Formats: sequence, structure tokens, C-alpha cells
Amino acid sequence: MFADWPLLSLTVWVPILGGIAVLLSGDKGDAAGVRRLALVIAVVTFILSLGLYTGFNSSTAEMQFVERHEWISAFNIYYHFGVDGISMPLIILTTFTMILTIIAGWEVIKKKPAQYMAAFLIMEGLMIGVFAALDSILFYVFWEGMLVPMFILIGVWGGERRVYATIKFFIYTFIGSVFMLVALIYMYYQGGSFAILDMHAMKLSMDEQLLIFIAFLMAFAVKVPMWPVHTWLPDAHVEAPTGGSVILAAIMLKIGGYGFLRFSLPITPDASHALDWLIITMSLVAVVYIGFVALVQKDMKKLVAYSSIAHMGFVTLGLFVVFQIWENPANTDGSGAILAVEGAMVQMISHGFISGAMFLMIGVLYDRMHTRNIQDYGGVVHTMPIFAAFAVFFSMANAGLPGTSGFVGEFMVIIASFHANFWYAFLAATTLILGAAYTLWMVKRVFYGEVANDNVRALKDLNQREFVIMSILAIAVLVMGLWPAPVVEVMHATIENLLQHIAVSKI
Amino acid sequence: MESLYLAIPLASLMGAIIAGFFGGYIGRKGAHTATILGVGTSFVLALLALNHHVFNGAEAYNATVYTWMISEGMRFEIGFLIDNLTVMMMAVVTGVSLAVHVYTIGYMADDEHNWPKDSLAGTNSYQRFFSYISLFTFSMLMLVMSNNFLQLFFGWEAVGLVSYLLIGFWSVRPTAVYANMKAFLVNRVGDFGFILGIAAVVMYTGSLDYAEVFSKVDGLSSQTMSIFPGVDWNVISVICIMLFIGAMGKSAQVPLHVWLPDSMEGPTPISALIHAATMVTAGIFMVTRMSPMFEYSDAALSFVMVIGAITAFSMGLIGVVQNDIKRVVAYSTLSQLGYMTVALGASAYSVAIFHLMTHAFFKALLFLAAGSVIIAMHHEQDMRKMGGLKKYLPITYWTSLVGSLALIGFPGTSGFFSKDSIIEVVHHSNLAGHEIAYYAVLGGVFITAFYSFRMFFMVFHGEERMDQHTKDHLHETPWVVTGPLIALAIPSVIIGGLTVRNMVFGDYFGDAIFVSASHTALAEFSQGFHGVWAFVEHGFTGPALYFAAAGVITAWWMYIKQPGSADFFVKKFSWLHKLLDNKYYIDDFNAWAFGGGSRGLGDRLWKVGDMMVIDGFFVNGSAKVVYWFSGIARKVQTGLLYHYAFAMIIGVLALLTMFVIL
Repeated sequence: MFADWPLLSLTVWVPILGGIAVLLSGDKGDAAGVRRLALVIAVVTFILSLGLYTGFNSSTAEMQFVERHEWISAFNIYYHFGVDGISMPLIILTTFTMILTIIAGWEVIKKKPAQYMAAFLIMEGLMIGVFAALDSILFYVFWEGMLVPMFILIGVWGGERRVYATIKFFIYTFIGSVFMLVALIYMYYQGGSFAILDMHAMKLSMDEQLLIFIAFLMAFAVKVPMWPVHTWLPDAHVEAPTGGSVILAAIMLKIGGYGFLRFSLPITPDASHALDWLIITMSLVAVVYIGFVALVQKDMKKLVAYSSIAHMGFVTLGLFVVFQIWENPANTDGSGAILAVEGAMVQMISHGFISGAMFLMIGVLYDRMHTRNIQDYGGVVHTMPIFAAFAVFFSMANAGLPGTSGFVGEFMVIIASFHANFWYAFLAATTLILGAAYTLWMVKRVFYGEVANDNVRALKDLNQREFVIMSILAIAVLVMGLWPAPVVEVMHATIENLLQHIAVSKI
Repeated sequence: MESLYLAIPLASLMGAIIAGFFGGYIGRKGAHTATILGVGTSFVLALLALNHHVFNGAEAYNATVYTWMISEGMRFEIGFLIDNLTVMMMAVVTGVSLAVHVYTIGYMADDEHNWPKDSLAGTNSYQRFFSYISLFTFSMLMLVMSNNFLQLFFGWEAVGLVSYLLIGFWSVRPTAVYANMKAFLVNRVGDFGFILGIAAVVMYTGSLDYAEVFSKVDGLSSQTMSIFPGVDWNVISVICIMLFIGAMGKSAQVPLHVWLPDSMEGPTPISALIHAATMVTAGIFMVTRMSPMFEYSDAALSFVMVIGAITAFSMGLIGVVQNDIKRVVAYSTLSQLGYMTVALGASAYSVAIFHLMTHAFFKALLFLAAGSVIIAMHHEQDMRKMGGLKKYLPITYWTSLVGSLALIGFPGTSGFFSKDSIIEVVHHSNLAGHEIAYYAVLGGVFITAFYSFRMFFMVFHGEERMDQHTKDHLHETPWVVTGPLIALAIPSVIIGGLTVRNMVFGDYFGDAIFVSASHTALAEFSQGFHGVWAFVEHGFTGPALYFAAAGVITAWWMYIKQPGSADFFVKKFSWLHKLLDNKYYIDDFNAWAFGGGSRGLGDRLWKVGDMMVIDGFFVNGSAKVVYWFSGIARKVQTGLLYHYAFAMIIGVLALLTMFVIL
């Protein structure tokens, strides 16, 4: 029934316009009605995005659901949407997560609920726009636009140091993306088009590629975030309200990984090749260094934020290890590159579920205790046994236990990076130990042992709303862990095509 | 048969799901009924499968259940390989599990006492426990039934998860929740090697499927890889050693053994099931499964044998100084796992699996008997507070005796056949390190006999050292406890004699195990086999029996005849006692080097790397630079017109000069 609808425009604009409607309905009247309206909009958007999945043809690498209209004809800028096997799953991840985020803020947000919900819905539309845009200026508009609601979310509903955190967040990400804009404009002057696919096909010299690559790297590395430009993330997470953390971890970080896939690799393959050692090093440092840093965190949110950085290291490792997989003389049949990139994609989606769940869990505790310090807890299992069961489950998923989605991407990337170099796999695989260490040590201190104090003793177990959110996420994590095939299948054609493209030099 | 195979693990899983999710509704009785029915079904079906393959001689079954994922043309699958090795493991796992399920009804009956009064986690703990042990059975079945590395790893980690949940079952106890995290992390160190091994398998064979991988091993046997530049290692050796590191974690071989003694913090039924009979033998099973690979690497086999020998001997020694009844059995398990590993190294996979099977029965028996003692003693585990329990616990006493005799290899018991076979086969081995291994397993016999009967005498004989209150309440445990003891005592005696001919000397395993023609230890040993009775008689001529007898007599002399003499020896050899009592200081070293070291490193990286260098210098530093710069800019913007006019004139002049010069 969706066949001839402009589905992408709808999934972008329904939440944005809906968000404006929520905003206009105002905070003076009926808060319950506002929430309900926000939820309906999020659900409708999710259903619309499912049309992208059901109508998706996974045998082709061509862009699908394409919409193209003139926008700013003087500069050849188009309102140009389309999805392939890379962006479609990420859009569905966005719409899915947004429903949970809306429910998570249900009674918790007492301060200006309409503005809160509106910020999320508008941000949702903008993020989908980032994934769907095929015109680089359109992409850039969404890319910068989505910072604004997040900036407001942290700045208004955030914790004590929210001003420091928002400014740090904004400056970090903004400085990165300005260089990207310069690169885009440069390519427009060289090629006469802002269309991303035209940029893929564009010939560029090595010097040009290196500069463009570095400009993109500054934008995307901050977003992922990669070591050493990661320090905004723990601060932003700590200050953000729960919903903001969920979106930040589950979706926004993925936009960095998506940027590497959509821009860096296909537009500057030779520079990516020449500088792959840099990205691989940064990724492996992220896995090992950040793993140790996560171990000593005293604040739960910081711990999970650091764990996010370490997990995103697998994404960038998987994306940029491909050249060395092809070149390793011991890897006689040259296989492993597709596994690496698909592993990176799977890791992004899985991390969306798991990090979202981890931040929601911390939110559940924070709503009750108003502290995130690990040492304020202890023995929570005795007062919140159902919650503890979910917590152990998601923690195990965070530690990459097989049977959960957390395992799939890590497994694929570790195997693939072995095809490039034993030591890459060796360092990446340390996450088996480090990831388990920091996650389970937190679980031990928060959930196990004797009831630590009267605040813990007074805790009430999950309410119905929280139970529903946790269950949905648990099912998602489990299903993807037990049967990742449907997720991987939709990206085969796109990723094979992408790898064929970047294997050819542009010089 | 296919749906029958599928039903075997799923029946246990169903029980686990019912007891786990609906435990509150169905109550205790509902939970143990559901799980026992589930595991019972698994057991009966496993026996049917055993009958189908072993007695009806069916071909090995190897098929996919479903495709997990396809990437780059490589299939990641869930599938079963059912052959004689698998059906034996399935029968042992489900059989012991069933006995443990029944036993748990008695052991956990008063579990509410183990929880704080108002703990909500304590309300359904009984149901939860049943759910976990059924989930364990499912995981272990998935592990042994796998036909590929992916599912093997899944089962491998899943049993680790359940082990984690069960060791920390009494989550209020600090020691328990320390032990379970330690167990998981140490296992993860092993899995770290394991996953690299799997990655190597994928890279060099392009497949995860056992059959396909094994078919390509021959072509790889001369290929090398260099991990350190300039040093070439044989690919098969590297793969095998990395896989074996996984086995060292799961099967608790030195130096990754440290988690197993601490795992005794868990309730005794799972110590029997998971940490003695089944899960810890997963490594032994895995290496046996991989025999088509290990056989191509003498280096890996030697490594396996030496590690096993060290474990068998050194861990047995620690068992000698333990006073906690469960810890004695735990160290005995470590030592016996070392025996199995030695057998693997000697290419006698069938002997290792044979010992795995006999050990599963008599060690589960010993653990459950220890549990029975613990119940009777009101959860007292210190043997120094026991003694003379023989007359109070007759069934426990006799079954313990049977288990202990089997453990020390008394002629005719199942332990005799398996342990004697290991000693003999190591004697015939020609790989590097076999001399050490031989003396280690032989010396181990004395140690085993000594600590086993030290425990036996301390618990059941001699002076009654418990307090009056405990003594007044001493009585034999209920039938749900003693029933499984008897059920396990029978195979502990007879299973060895019944099966040794086929499993060790016959071709029971068929194609499931591959032994290279150059590894002749088992073949040479087999030539000396002239029937079961001759084997028993031959046992009297070998040194092992006399070592065992010496061990028992020493224990009797030290703990019954001259009860004070133990203290004398402790004083005389205080350095040795201290070394053993501190478990060779390995735990202390780990806590210092790895625990403290990684926390220190993390702290340093965080405070220096993140906070000082990145945030302090670069981020806030550049913010300061901007601030400083804008301060200057602000001063320039005075708002006075003549300042601006002056600046403009200077600028125009400068530009003019530039144009003129250029």
C-alpha cells in the first residue's frame, strides 16, 4: 500500500511537523494528551519506516525510494532522498528507538513535556534526513540541524554541569563539520554537483583526496567518537536526560559511522587506503585504552559512555581494515573485507539496541535514587529482581555474549581483522576480557551483595511502562543475536558494490 | 531422527523457560516438575539417540538446523553433528543433570534461609535455581551437539553465563559474587584465545563447519604464518594452541585454573553438575572433537600434555591441605581434568573421553555426597568440625566410599580403568614432555589417594568434632538426596568395566576421533589388552596401584592412627604448607598484577590521558587560546571612530605597498 507514497519524505516530515504540532499544543494544557500525541507520531513514523523495509529490494545496490526535486537551482542543489542497504536499517533503528525514548520520558519529564517531546520528534526527522539525503548540502543541513534539538535537550533538561557539556558538545561537533562543508564546496567547484553519488564517481588526485579525507575525518571522528576526540561524549551523556543519552548513543554516534561509509570510503578511496593505518590505530586504541578507562569509572553513565566509545571502535576498525585484508599476502583468497564492513554495520545496529538499553537502565535507577554513582548502590537485586534480570541480560549483551546482538558484530570484525593482521584481531579481541570486566564489575557493585543503604531498600521494581520498554529491547537484542540473517541480507548488495567501488583507484 | 535431535536440547530449554518466567505462578512444585520433565525427556531421547547410533550402528548425522547468517558466501549456521562421541556426551550430560535435578529438590528445600528476610530475589530463588540448571543442560547440549565453530562458541559462552549465574546464585554473599565475576573473567581470558583460534580457522579454511575445516587440514599442514616478524610458525600449531587456550579456561588448566576452587561458592548441586561432571570437561570434549587438527601438530600436543601434567600434579597437592570439604573435591577435579588433558596430549582422545565419562559419575557422586554431608551438618563445610559421621549417614558413607575408591583407581571400579589407561598410554607416548607427564600422573596417584582418604577419614571416621547442637540433629538426608547418590554409585563402579573394551581399545568412536599413524601410544597400549579381567589383574603388577595403596595407608596413619601427626608435618614442612595453603600465591599475583594493574592503568589513562592531555591541554587549552585571542580582539574594538579610521588608513597603505612592490 506504500508503494507510490513518497515514503522518505513522510518519515522525515511527519515527525518534524508532528513535533511542531506538539510544540504548539503547548505546556499549559493537558500533559497526558501531549505525550499521547507524541507517541502516536512516533508510532506512525515507525510504521512508515517499516514500509522501507517491506518494499526494499535487497538484490540491488541502487538507491531506492528515490525522490528528487529542484531546491536551490542556482547552486544545483536538490531535495534528493534515497536509501540503500546501509541507510535503510539505520532509519528503522532511529524510528524504533524513538518510540522507546518517548515512552521512557513518559511521567519522568515534568518540566515542559511538550517542548521535550517536540525536541525529540524534530530531532528524529532530522536524523532520518541525514540518513536519507543524497544531496550533500541537504545532508549538511540535516546534519547541523539535528545538533540544535540535542543542544536544547541537554541544556534545558540536563544535569548540573549541563552548560559546560552542551558547549563542549556543540563546539566539538561544529568545528568538525565546518571542515566537511569546506570539502563539499570544494568538490562542488570541481565537479559542479552536490549530489553524493556524483561525488562517488568524481576523479580526485591524491592530494585532493587527502585533504578531503581529513576534512571528513574531523567531522565523522568527532561524531563516532573516535579516540582522541571522544572526551565530549562522557560529559554530554552525564548531563543529558535519559532520553537524550539514548538517542545520542543509539543513533547520533551511528551518523559518524554512516558518514565514513557514505562519504569517506567511496569519495576518497585512495586517501582512505593511504591513511587506513591511522584509523585502525585510533580504533584499536579506542578498544583497549577506553576499555581500561571504563573500568575505573565511578559514574554509571560515564562507564557506559566509555563502553560506547570502545564498541564504536569496532565499527571504524571494520570499515577501514578492508584495504589491509585485501593486501595481506597470507590471505590468499582476499576474503574477509565484506565480513569486516558488514560486521561494522551490524555492530552499529546492535550497539543502538544495547547502549539504548544500558542508558535506559541507568535512567530507571536515576529516576528513583537521583544518583548515578556506583558506590551509592549495592544489592539492588533484592529490591528490584525483575529489573536486575534485565540488567544482567543487557550487561551480558554489552559484554558480547553469543546469543545476543552484541556478539554478532564483534565476532565478525574480529574474524575479519584477523585476515589483515594477527595483532589487529588480538587487540580487538581484548574486548572479550575488558568489556566483560568493566560491565560485570559494575553489575556486581550495583546489583549484588547486601542491600547497601535505606535508599536502595526503598526501591520499587519496574513499573509496567518500564517493563514494556525493557522487554521490547530485550527481544530485539535476543532475536538479532539468534538470527542476524535478515539484518545482514539487506546490506549485502550495497556493501559488495561499495567494496568494488573503493577497490578501484580514483587517481 | 532430525526432530528428535532437536527436541533433546529444546526439552531442557522449555523447562528452563517455564520455571524461569512463570516460577512465581507455578510455585516450587510446578517448577521442579516442569524442569525435571524437561530434562527427563532430554535424557530419554538422548538414550534413544545413543541406542540408534551405538547399538543400531546408525551413520553419523550431520545437518544444519538453520542458517544464522551468510556473509561473503560463508555460511554461519546452527547445526548438529551426532556421532558416537556426541551421543555419549549427551547421555552423560542429561543423565547427571537429571540426577542433580532430583537432588536439588532436597538440597534447596530450605533455600529461603540463605537470603535476607526482605529480599525479593529470595522469594522465587528455588524456581530460579531449577531454571538455571535446565538452561545449563540446554547450553551444554548445544555445545556438544554442534557441527560448527559458531555454535560451539555459543554453547561455550552460554555454559559460562549459566556458571556465572549459579556461582553467584546466593548474590547476597560477597564471596559468591566475587567468585562468579572471577570465573567469568578468567574464562573470558581463555575465550580470548579461543576466538582468535576460530578466526584463524576461518581465515585459513574459509569455513566454520567442522567437516569442511577438517577436510582442509591436510593441505595446511605445511603452511606457516608469522605472528612475530621473522618467526614462522606452523598454522595448525597456532590454531590448535589458541583453541586449547580456550580449553584451558573452561577446563581450568594451570594457569587459568584459578576460578574453579572459588566456584565452590555456588550451591553444591551445581558444583557437581557444572564444575565437576560436565561444563569443565567441555575443553576436553572440544580438543577431542578437534582431533583431526591436533593430530597434525606435535608441538600443540606436547603443549597440551605438559599443561595437563602440571595441572594434574600441582593441583592435587593443594587438595592435600584444604579443610573445606568442597574445596578438596574441587582440587581433586582440577587434578583429574589434568589427567584428561595429559591423555589428550598423548593422542589418546578416547582414553580422555573415557576418563571424562567415568569421572563425571564418580565426581558428581562425590560432590553430591559432600553436599549431603553439608546438609546434615547444617551448611558446615569445614572438615575439622566433622568426624565420625559414618553411623549417622550410612548411605552417604557407603556411596562416598564407592566414589573415593573409583577416584583413586581401585581395581575394578570405573576410575581404575580410565586412570590406569591414562598412565599406561602416557608411558607409551613418544612426544616431547612425556617423561614429565608420566611421573606427574604417577605421582598424582599417590596424592589423589592421600587427599581422598584424608577427606574420607576426617569426615566419616575418628572423633566427632561437631558441636552438640549439630550432633543432636544429625540424620541421614532425604531420599531425593540419597537416591541420586545411589543412582550415581552404580555407574561409578560398573561403567568402566562395561565399556573399556569398546571405548578405549575398540572402535567405538569410529570416525569421530582421528589419530595420526605416527602417534602410536594408544595403539601400543592396545596391543597389551587381553580382556577386562586381564586388565584388572595387570593392574596389580603396575606401580599405580601401590602408589594408591600407599596414599590411603598414609592418610589412615595420619588421620586415624596418629591423629596428631598431621600437625607435626605441617610444622616440619611449614614452608611447603604455606606455599600450598596460599595456592602457590597465584591468586595473590593475579589480584596484584591483573586486578590492581588494570585498575591502575585505567586510572592513569583516564586522569592523565583524557583529563589532563586531551581535555586539559587540547580542549580547554584551545578554548583558552580563543578566549585570549578574543580578549585582544575585544580591545581592538574600542568603538572609537578615529581608531577604526586609523586602522583603515594603515591597511590601505599596506595594500598599496604590496601592489607597488609586486
